[in-house]
Amino acid sequence: MKIPLSYSFRNLWTRRLTTSLTIVGLALVVFVFAAILMLANGLERTMVATGSDENAIVLRKSAESEALSSVGLDESDILATQPEVALGADGKPFVTKEIVTMINLSKRGADASDLSNVIVRGVSPAGLALRPQVAIVEGRMFNFGSSEIIVSKGIQKQYDGVELGGSIKFGGRSWKIVGLFDAGKTAFASELWTDNDQIRQAFNRQGFSVMIFRLKDKEAFNTIKSKIEADPRLNDLKVLREKDFYAAESELLATFIRILGLMVTIIFSFGAMIGAMITMYAAVANRTVEIGTLRALGFKRRSVLAAFLFESLFLALIGGVAGLLIASLMQFISVSTTNFTTFSEIAFSFSLSPSIIITTLIFAAVMGFVGGFLPSFRAARLNIISALRSS
Amino acid sequence: MNLLKLILRNIFRHKLRALLTVLGIAIAVMAFGLIRTMIGAWYQGTEASAPDRIITRQAISFIFPLPLADKDQIARVPGVKEVTYLNWFGGVYKDKNNFFARMACDPESFADIYPEYQLKPDELAAFKKERNACIVGKKLADQYHFKIGDVIPLAGDIFPGQWEFVVRGIYTGRDRSTDESSMYFHWDYLNERVTKSSPGRANQVGWYVVKINNPTEAATVSEKIDAMFKNSDSETKTETEKAFASGFISMSSAIISGLQIISYVIIGIIFLVLANTMIMTARERIREYAVLKTLGFTGQHIALLVFGESLSIALIGGIIGIALIFPISAGFAKAMAQFFSYLVVEPSTIIIATVLTIMVGLVAGFFPAMRSMRMKIVDGLRQIG
Repeated sequence: MKIPLSYSFRNLWTRRLTTSLTIVGLALVVFVFAAILMLANGLERTMVATGSDENAIVLRKSAESEALSSVGLDESDILATQPEVALGADGKPFVTKEIVTMINLSKRGADASDLSNVIVRGVSPAGLALRPQVAIVEGRMFNFGSSEIIVSKGIQKQYDGVELGGSIKFGGRSWKIVGLFDAGKTAFASELWTDNDQIRQAFNRQGFSVMIFRLKDKEAFNTIKSKIEADPRLNDLKVLREKDFYAAESELLATFIRILGLMVTIIFSFGAMIGAMITMYAAVANRTVEIGTLRALGFKRRSVLAAFLFESLFLALIGGVAGLLIASLMQFISVSTTNFTTFSEIAFSFSLSPSIIITTLIFAAVMGFVGGFLPSFRAARLNIISALRSS
Repeated sequence: MNLLKLILRNIFRHKLRALLTVLGIAIAVMAFGLIRTMIGAWYQGTEASAPDRIITRQAISFIFPLPLADKDQIARVPGVKEVTYLNWFGGVYKDKNNFFARMACDPESFADIYPEYQLKPDELAAFKKERNACIVGKKLADQYHFKIGDVIPLAGDIFPGQWEFVVRGIYTGRDRSTDESSMYFHWDYLNERVTKSSPGRANQVGWYVVKINNPTEAATVSEKIDAMFKNSDSETKTETEKAFASGFISMSSAIISGLQIISYVIIGIIFLVLANTMIMTARERIREYAVLKTLGFTGQHIALLVFGESLSIALIGGIIGIALIFPISAGFAKAMAQFFSYLVVEPSTIIIATVLTIMVGLVAGFFPAMRSMRMKIVDGLRQIG
């Protein structure tokens, strides 16, 4: 016969202080575990959301980031006329030739000298249309041909001096902020956009940084890739699917977060398992007479094992749920750090997903199981007579 | 009766519990030390900086290059002793995970401005003479088994193509904080190839390192240099070497803050594990303490026993944990070789870890000690336990 579950519950309740301490310890570990998974997930989602499968981006082969890339005027003209490039609503090639550069802005509440690099992107008229994830939410789109600029809402919130209606100085002139845009969870949420011609003049550039275009159809990507590789006028360039490019840009940072997080969590989980073990061993030691009584009453060894194991699992699951609840609150926090690859700011947040919830709960359960197993085993193996005899 | 002996024997009455508690504390202390060591790695650059060196880089971001032509202008600024320049090469040595700093420099001025990189005179001469020679730091040489005469092949990314450099010198750091894991080669060699393959990128430097006559003039000289290039195509930002290094740290400030928060969480966990044990221990021994009190031991004695036990467990765990920091940091550095070339465990980390362990030992023992001390003998003897 099985030992009723209420036995395990009530035992945990009786020794409340020890139980709560152990649960808090487990919750802390689960919190760190979940938070790290959520951070890496948040970064990944930002990157995945940023690129579209239907777009391709062209950069210089040697460039790891857009700001360091250059695509010449001739090269971009040749590419724009290729049949693999889709046509826009106006019948013209659906491309945007962009100049990507950076300016310094200071974060709200930070020292005036503590500056961060923020991307300024000069786009072609098709630039907004090619990125459906980006939409103007306040004010209006800038007029091509004038020194007007639109700022991401995320940037406006986090940084000083970029209010709607205000102006910002860089490149030797003043730019009027005429609109704020929402870019969801994409990398564009850390950018300012304006007319690429104006940027070209202000920064005295010949040519562009990158070129992005809509692919005509699925096979177009491979076709244009081979074309670029074969053409001596173009083979200093490389083309990638927009999605793949942005994923690669954040790979280093995401890898860092993941490895760091994983190792820290593994170390933590050992600590938590030991905490659970200590509690459970003490529980067994204190209830030796009880266990002897239970066995004398006829409960089998495996019922005793199950009861104690259940106690341990229950501890772990409460801790796990508590940790998850606190971790889910982190979703309101957004993180802005420098992307290792582009050396410019990227904002992302903690993002919870069903698979993270499941993984975390399994993690908690494993900790409870491993931590509780040996003590439960010992409880089960107690000799009835010596157990009853002990004081 | 020797209290210390009593304390130690008490600890090991419950061998398994003591072992687990010590182990738990050891792991937590090790994790704390590891995180501090990682954070310390970020700050390495600021420590190696010299007060008489200022760095001039492109005003927006150091990833944008500056023209070589600026060098002479900078050299003429009053207060400037000497100017050198460096380019970050990047590239890949066999595998993307084999990360170490690779830079192009001007050997003559570089050696003058960075006297803390020490080379044997014949090695320095050989380095200066050969076009594709390079020097590597001692730690780097040990890690990859580079010897004089070895060829280091690099696959360029920022500067595409296959590159080969011959090791002509292995430098050692004069100070403890001097970096010994970088590789330096000739800027002229880099520029030669760049001029041929992509002439638009030729004659550009990554940043200038300026040695000034008087460290107190750092701010004024910096301003003068920046004023010279203001409103030009390449505006500059000049700051002390320390500020330049700090700039890198603030880039990752979010991550560093996160790590610091985690280290505080760890301290919390240590406390919980120890407090848990101490509470259980004290609860079991209430009858014993009551008996001791009837024998004449005072409340203070009991408190000492409890504190002593708590401290001792903490210290034993702490010492083991601190000892473990070293191998774990080395392992970590290997796993994350792309980001950290190596991790040095600073004495300050060890000291802080020890102090924290002692504090946690005291705090964790506080309530059990107070409870045991104040308990009436009668109540204590009454406990069945």
